[in-house]
Amino acid sequence: MKARVHIMLKTGVLDPQGEAVRHALGSLGFDGVKSVRQGKVIELDLKDGTDEATIKDMCERLLANTVIESYKVEIL
Amino acid sequence: MHAAVVVFPGSNCDRDLAVALERAGARVSMVWHKDTAMPDGVDLIGVPGGFSFGDYLRCGAIAANSPICRAVKDHADRGGYVLGVCNGFQILTETRVLPGTLLRNAGLKYICRAVPLTVVTTDSAFTSGYDAGQTITVPIAHHDGNYHADAETLRALAAEDRIAFRYGDNPNGSADDIAGILSPNRRVLGMMPHPERMAETAHGGTDGAAMFAGLVQQLEHA
Repeated sequence: MKARVHIMLKTGVLDPQGEAVRHALGSLGFDGVKSVRQGKVIELDLKDGTDEATIKDMCERLLANTVIESYKVEIL
Repeated sequence: MHAAVVVFPGSNCDRDLAVALERAGARVSMVWHKDTAMPDGVDLIGVPGGFSFGDYLRCGAIAANSPICRAVKDHADRGGYVLGVCNGFQILTETRVLPGTLLRNAGLKYICRAVPLTVVTTDSAFTSGYDAGQTITVPIAHHDGNYHADAETLRALAAEDRIAFRYGDNPNGSADDIAGILSPNRRVLGMMPHPERMAETAHGGTDGAAMFAGLVQQLEHA
């Protein structure tokens, strides 16, 4: 089975990289981009039957830093 | 005083930190990241700067889950002294030995230069060799040094006099100009600037030397 973990900076945590991307889009002529938030996606190839609680434990302990990041688990 | 300096793949300030401690009079053991225990009788653990595990995932995240970091955490939990510099500070926040985290620099640039720091508290073995309010010059060299913590943590750090150093001219966007913080028992210090790179005249300055001298002096008599 496969799972995909989406990791994003929490609301309220400044994202200077996202802001730089927004500026770059503006300079390419894409106006109207109000904000850009940059995150990451991690794909896991797992033993069949791995439960979501285990994947969440992976997120809590390593994949995300919950001080600043939130995560969402998607079972594929 | 017996100090241990942890070495991860990608550490690059481990030798500098060991030399600074030795020059101040400490006996230093180097400890490999796969080791599971500290040598007997270690008073201070140094977690050095560098790019442990290539900064993969997040700076310090992989190192924080290496076998030796359990021993670092146990040492801190028992009331032992720990000094984390730069990547070492990032590792200490990832292990949750210290609160908050280090984000990408606000200006997105890697910054490598000597910066002025204000010594905020002298109430610790790390900072007792300085005067409160003293300005010292210490180099920074980091891409992710922008200290971030929630409002409650920032209030507690200030109220409990646990901000060890503040930037004179905030180079990276750190909350409250924070360059280094102490644990509640004041025995763990994490800081982004590199005192070990300003510890002898050949470095161009010696403002970092008082930290190592103070540590050796205080822990020798502990």
